[in-house]
Order: sequence, then C-alpha cells, then structure tokens
Amino acid sequence: MNTYIHSVALDPSKCTGCTTCMKHCPTEAIRIRNGCAVIDSERCIDCGECIRNCPNNAKKSICNSFDEIKKYKFKIALPAPALFAQFDNLDNIGYVLQGLLDIGFDDVFEVSKGAELVSSYTRLYLQTEGIKKPVISTACPVVTRLIVLRFPFLKDNLIPLLPPMEVAARLARERALKEHPELKREDIGVCFISPCPAKMSYARNGFGSYKSEVDLVISMSEIYLQLINVMKREKLCEVSSEAGRIGLSWAICGGEGSALFNDKILAADGINNVISVLDQIEDGNIPPIDFVELNACPSGCVGGVLTIENPYVAKNRLHTLRRYMPVSLNKSEDDEGYIPHECFFTDLPNYNPLNRLSDNIGESMRLMSKIQAVRKELPGIDCGSCGAPNCRAFAEDIVMGHADRKDCVIAYKELLKRYLNENSGGDSVDGE
Amino acid sequence: MNQMAEPLVFRFDVDGDNFTSAGQASVQVKKNLRQLGIDPETIRRVSIAMYEGEINMVIHAKGGQADVIVSDGCIEIILADKGPGIANIEQAMQEGFSTAPDNIRSLGFGAGMGLPNMKRYTDEMQIDSVVGEGTTITMKVKY
Repeated sequence: MNTYIHSVALDPSKCTGCTTCMKHCPTEAIRIRNGCAVIDSERCIDCGECIRNCPNNAKKSICNSFDEIKKYKFKIALPAPALFAQFDNLDNIGYVLQGLLDIGFDDVFEVSKGAELVSSYTRLYLQTEGIKKPVISTACPVVTRLIVLRFPFLKDNLIPLLPPMEVAARLARERALKEHPELKREDIGVCFISPCPAKMSYARNGFGSYKSEVDLVISMSEIYLQLINVMKREKLCEVSSEAGRIGLSWAICGGEGSALFNDKILAADGINNVISVLDQIEDGNIPPIDFVELNACPSGCVGGVLTIENPYVAKNRLHTLRRYMPVSLNKSEDDEGYIPHECFFTDLPNYNPLNRLSDNIGESMRLMSKIQAVRKELPGIDCGSCGAPNCRAFAEDIVMGHADRKDCVIAYKELLKRYLNENSGGDSVDGE
Repeated sequence: MNQMAEPLVFRFDVDGDNFTSAGQASVQVKKNLRQLGIDPETIRRVSIAMYEGEINMVIHAKGGQADVIVSDGCIEIILADKGPGIANIEQAMQEGFSTAPDNIRSLGFGAGMGLPNMKRYTDEMQIDSVVGEGTTITMKVKY
C-alpha cells in the first residue's frame, strides 16, 4: 500500500501533454496518459524537477495557505535561511524577522539557529569511533527519501539527527510553552517557510516513525508577497538574528559542509549529480571522505522551486549579507548545544525499492525477459510520444499492462505504410 | 508447479579508452537487479565486482564485453576482452600489484586492488587468460 502523501501535483487544465516533465523526471515517475501528465506517487520523490521544467506552469506544489495560520492561537514562523536571499539590498536579517511579526506571527525562530546546532553536533559526531563513513547529511528530504527508495545500503551513513527544520520546530515550541505557560501544545502553530515542496511532504509524512513537529508549510513565494508590503527601511529594526554565518550558509550548496571545518567533505547539488554521487559511494568508488552534503536543487536550497530569485543571484546576496555577520551565534558552550533528544532517530523508513516488478524473483525474471524482448522490437529513439520517457520504460509499461504497443507512433507509421503498400493496387479498381 | 525461470542475460559493450563512460554498465546492472527484487547487499557486491572489472577492461584491454546472467540463486558476471592477457595470474591477484601505466595512476586508478576486490566481493572467481589473446573472468555471486 502506498500511503506517502506528496506535495507535487498537476493542474490538468494547464497541462498540454508536452512530455517535458516526463523527460526531466529523475525517477521516471511521470507518464502522459490521454494527453495529460500523470505522476506515479510510489516513484515520486518530490524533487520538484517537473515544476521547475514545465513550460505551462501546470505542475504545482501543494502547500498550506497563509490564512491557515489563523487556526492557531500562537503562531511561530520558521524561516528557512534561503528566505533572506530573496530581498534586494537587504543588509540586516532583522528587517525580515520584524516583517514576519508584522504580518501576523507571534514569534520567529530561525531555521539557521537549528542549523548551527546541527553543525556543531555533526562536528562531534564525525569524531565518533566506529561510525560508517562518509557520513551523509539528512538536511535535504529529497535525498533521504531517495536513499530509502534506492540506496538502502547507505542508510547507515545518514547522520542520525533530523534536519535543522525539525530541530528548530521543537525548540520553537518548547520556547513558546516556557514563555507562555498559559498556552497548550495544540494552541501553537509552527509554520515553516519553505523553498521547496519536499519539505511539505516531509512535514506531512514524517521520517520513519518520527512525526514532524511542523504544523504548516507555507511557500516562500507566498510569504514574500506578504513581506514586501510591510518591510520598511525607515522603520527602526528592533529584532536581530539569532544565528550567524554558519546557519545562513546552509541555504547554499557547500554551506553545511564548510561549517565542519574539515577538508574531507564533498558537496553536490542538482538531483542528477546527487544520484551519481550516491551511485559512486555505493560502489566504493570514492576517495576517503568524512562528510557528504547533498542538495537536490541546483545551488542548494536557494534553488528551490518555491523561491523567487534566481539561485545564483540569491547566492551572491547571501555572500554579501553574511560578510557583516559573526561566524556563529550558537551558544553551545553555555547550554551544551541543546538539541531535544526526540530529534535523534534510530529507526529509518523501510527499504521500499522503486519499480520492483514483482514480489517474487522468479516472476520478476520472467517479466524482465519479456520486457527485454519487447524493447528489442521498439525503435529505440526515446521520443516520448507514446507517453513513456524512453523505449525501455515503454516496454516495461507494455509488459506490466499499463500501455499498448500501438501507442508507439513509429511502429504505427510502419503499420500504416505497410497497409498503404498492400492496398495501393486498389486505386485502379476504384477508378473503374 | 514451481517452474524455474529462464536465466536472464544482460549484455553490455564496454567502451575502451573512455573513462567518462566507465562504470555505466554497473549502474545499469544495479537498476535491473533492483527491479528484479534482488536484496541490496547482493546488488552492491555485484555492482562493485562489475565496476572493478569494467575499469580493468578499459585500462588494460581497450574495452570488451560484459555479461550478467541472473539465474535462480546465483548471479554470474562474465567479463571477456581481447586485451594483452595476464602473464602471471597469481601475482596479479596480490593486493597492491599493478601494471597500470602512469597516466592511469595519475587518474587515481591502478592501486592494485581491482582483482583482489573482485575476488573479495564474489563467491567464486575464475580467470582464464592467454597472453596476446585476451582474458575472460567469470565471477559468481550467490543470493
């Protein structure tokens, strides 16, 4: 049974069935059926590539709407660090934090603060004896889902700590309960401001047996539109950031790694690059490294599909912004880098391989040899007109009963040609 | 009736002198085995052995052919090339022994771990080699 809730969806009224998304999907989760794209939810990893590439804006991300915060008595905003890269000429993060309070949040807890705690824990963890290296970051939810679905051998390489969003969410709620003892747990709405749809899926599905502490996920672009109306430079900025350069840098590829002060790190961005790095680690074909940071989006979280700004401009802005910031504001010295114990996980989601043909190996083998046979008869030009991303996937769909061989336009053309040839003698009869 | 499935054959041409594509066959094999529902540990063993073999064929033999045969309980990998052959198999099997030229070593290959790794990750390994004619390596991974 597939019970995973996704947050990438399609608007059928906008879809033209053009095959662009299908061609870009890294897990071959999309087919075109009856002129419209269809997403296979078992294969989808919520990476957002289809949203990024759709020329008709027919792919969308399902997030909570800003209005939903009204359900809660006490509303906490959890801005992802990428949010601060969306504004032109921003020299103080405080303006954005103040803006969040002005649009209706009661408190703001920066995810960067959670990130600094995760960074300091990671530095300690890397020195632990007997851990499996390279240690892989759990920050990107697309990557953790991909590992569970496709690279089960690397599960033990994941650092056993939840991503900064979850650490921040727990700490934010704890702080609110402490400062406002009259509040009950359910009065508090923890609202993550997200650069990508994958965080929404993570918040809804949790990780393994862990239930997310995030109540709402609002898209960065929606919050951006609210914020630009209230952010005023003339106003004196009373709030200041609780994180430093390290936390902020998590928004760009390489930021998480550089916080480890270790040169044996590798950072990759872009879903296809991530997949090839994971393949290489799995094959043992990688130099000795301690830590691997993987970001599904190009340039890291600033490249998320729910952001406004071009990721390279965003990256440049963060570089400027962090110049005036302290390295870190993580006060791990005095409060021992407190991370709630619930944020450490011991059990992982079950290995749930993508595209398994059948539960029985013998049956799978029979199916695969049929697929091989069908594949040999197909033209092999991977045109996508049949509604499958390539001829091999089409052969698989035919054998599994999801597609009809007649959907191949090349084969259909051949058939038509043959028919016309065979019947060409008929003209004289008609002319009689 | 419990009918045995026919063995499945995956065949790959390994392109010689092309490091960019070296390793592609092992990635494809991994995908296929995953689809069949082979357990992850077995897939990893096959994929490492296959990767090492592929690299060897590129470095020493200007490519060759790789067959992966999946049958009930066993995955057989046959790597055949028409390269220079191995003069002294016993020596070639020693960890750290390498005849790889300097230009290959500078790429980070040629550490002398290829054949020993192939042996380590498989249950059976046989090398048939004739100097001047070529080498065929047959490996079995049981699952």
